[in-house]
Amino acid sequence: MEPVATTFFFYLLSGLAILSGVLVITRKNPVHSALALILTLLCLAGLYLMLYAPFVAGVQIILYVGGIMVLFLFVIMLVNLERSQKEKQFNQQWVPGILAAVALGALFVTIYIKGDALFVRPEMRFPEAENTQQVGQMLYSNYMFPFEIASLLLLVAIIGAVVMAKKRI
Amino acid sequence: MAPITTIHYLVVAAALFVLGVIGVLTRRNVVIVLMSVELILNAVNLNLVAFSRIWGLHGQVFAIFVITDAAAEAAVGLGILIAFFRNKETVNVDEIDLLKW
Amino acid sequence: MPSFITSYLDKNIHVTPGQYGSPFWALVYILVVFGGVSLAVVCMNWLERKILAHMQIRLGPMRVGPHGLLQPIADAIKLILKEDIIPEGADRFVFWIAPMIILLAVFSVYTVVPFGPTHAITDMNIGILFMLGVSSLGVLGIVMAGWASNSHYPLIGALRSSAQMVSYEVAMGLAVISAVVMTSLNAEGTGTLSMIGIVQAQYAQHVWFIFKFFPLGLIAFFIFAVAMVAETNRAPFDLPEAESELTAGFHTEYSGLRWSLFMLGEYAAMIAVSSIAITLWLGGWMRPFPNLLSGPTWDLAFSFFPALTFFALAGMTFYSTMRMPRHSYFRVQTIGLGAFGAVFAVIGLILLLPGVNGRVQDIYWFIFKIAVFMYLYIWYRGTFPRYRFDQLMKVGWKILLPMGIGVLMLTGIVALRTELWDFMHEALRRLVHV
Repeated sequence: MEPVATTFFFYLLSGLAILSGVLVITRKNPVHSALALILTLLCLAGLYLMLYAPFVAGVQIILYVGGIMVLFLFVIMLVNLERSQKEKQFNQQWVPGILAAVALGALFVTIYIKGDALFVRPEMRFPEAENTQQVGQMLYSNYMFPFEIASLLLLVAIIGAVVMAKKRI
Repeated sequence: MAPITTIHYLVVAAALFVLGVIGVLTRRNVVIVLMSVELILNAVNLNLVAFSRIWGLHGQVFAIFVITDAAAEAAVGLGILIAFFRNKETVNVDEIDLLKW
Repeated sequence: MPSFITSYLDKNIHVTPGQYGSPFWALVYILVVFGGVSLAVVCMNWLERKILAHMQIRLGPMRVGPHGLLQPIADAIKLILKEDIIPEGADRFVFWIAPMIILLAVFSVYTVVPFGPTHAITDMNIGILFMLGVSSLGVLGIVMAGWASNSHYPLIGALRSSAQMVSYEVAMGLAVISAVVMTSLNAEGTGTLSMIGIVQAQYAQHVWFIFKFFPLGLIAFFIFAVAMVAETNRAPFDLPEAESELTAGFHTEYSGLRWSLFMLGEYAAMIAVSSIAITLWLGGWMRPFPNLLSGPTWDLAFSFFPALTFFALAGMTFYSTMRMPRHSYFRVQTIGLGAFGAVFAVIGLILLLPGVNGRVQDIYWFIFKIAVFMYLYIWYRGTFPRYRFDQLMKVGWKILLPMGIGVLMLTGIVALRTELWDFMHEALRRLVHV
């Protein structure tokens, strides 16, 4: 059964996500940008919930908002320069940049509309009560190797970040 | 209103991706460039999770891996930024040009 | 009565309003929880000052009302009437929004706290994951509060406080995982992340998880108990907000009503993480000794506890009333205290009615356990000296984290010991035969 207010919440969350995305790239103050990015991430977590992916939504909130954005805010506080907010914010090639990106976006939307027949409808409905269990089973059986590699990658990233941010190696 | 299909989610993801690309290409502040990269990664995640409704749970598992790798990459990128900021007191990408001829 | 109100009141419905999909009753539950938490914060304010005072052999607030009972109200009025100062050069938007983010993070945790099998606002099947994630949003609020104050004491306090919270979140997460592993040992063989499911797993396995696989459950609970005290920046881990060290840390520049929002957030966070600990290890809403002292007579005996608690409180209040000085100056206070005691007695009598008694059991035991935890928090504050910041980080990373990993590994091995034994048996057999 489709939840009741799906359309309303979809438009609300996606509109808010895109609006905060625009705020991320246009704010002068990096802290305001970081706050807008936090809002985008939370809206995306809501969209994941609507896509019957509660585990990914939970992981997004814990890792992205509670981990990565805290890291960003720390670094912004450490490198915050008052004078950097009074300088130019956009570089010299901003017009070609925007044009190229918009062309890319138009390409995407064209592909989606032209390839409309390839999308399977109606979509699958996962029983939401077993999402975590099924993701866990997949993670430990099909994706065991990437799982272990990801832990190794995180170890390397921790060591790299600590070594690079130390004052004296 | 039309029921919300997969294409709606893909269009939202495309919009976020384009915003992230604009941020990477146009901003001078390194931290904001890194945040735009995070926007791009999130757009990709939304794409993956939207498609996982059609093709199975593999999309969600891959999205979890993308989030993990985004964390690692953000940590390393910000470490580099701090190391560079200690040498030259700037956070603008076009002033980080010590290797330029 | 409109159907959206009465449809949930049907006798056959045994789910929370969020799961059933009734927004009206979910809103009612939200308002009740919000009011209850605010009332609890007000009581905690008074209780903390009185209990700390009695531990330090002094009396605490005695003047404002009888035995200082009106002190929190006086504090609230004072804070509301104070001038709202925003420091010069502070980022106004971030300064304004930081307490709100903390409150948003802390109060969102309460949507999944289970006060009973159907007495929660909702029950997500990622309940514990949601609680951990949302409580980590509080760190963002602290960082922004410290940064927006544009002054170095709050900045250092915010950096230290958020570093501490992030470090102890890791240990908390490991302890939580080892408790969730224990939920998978029930009959169906599948664990669950939902809060109500975790308590029901303890009910089905007839043991509180703190006593399961002794001493593993106890060590996991201990890790979580230490980490939760550090997570809420309470003594002995309160260096970032101690007055003698950093002049109140990240909320130095906040005055009046904004500061009271931080205080509300801190106490509400204490209650929230205590409710996580209670749900995961201490059996949630179950009464003590569900297995050892089971049966209808013991159920009946334990069912009198709510009324007895309120009668005991009424008795203490009447005793204090008797001991008030007999001077005309104290007449109003004596009458007020007596009326307070009478209110407690009336509530106790209402709880004796059979209809009310049956419904209130789960909620009572949950709140009783929360009260025990709050007393423990105040006891820690009155007893332990403060940790220095490097000692604090050392405890978080070098002591609690290895302990958490060890407990998790051992819990996994003990939980799957039969499968592990069969696997090794089979592997040895194949090795020897081939």
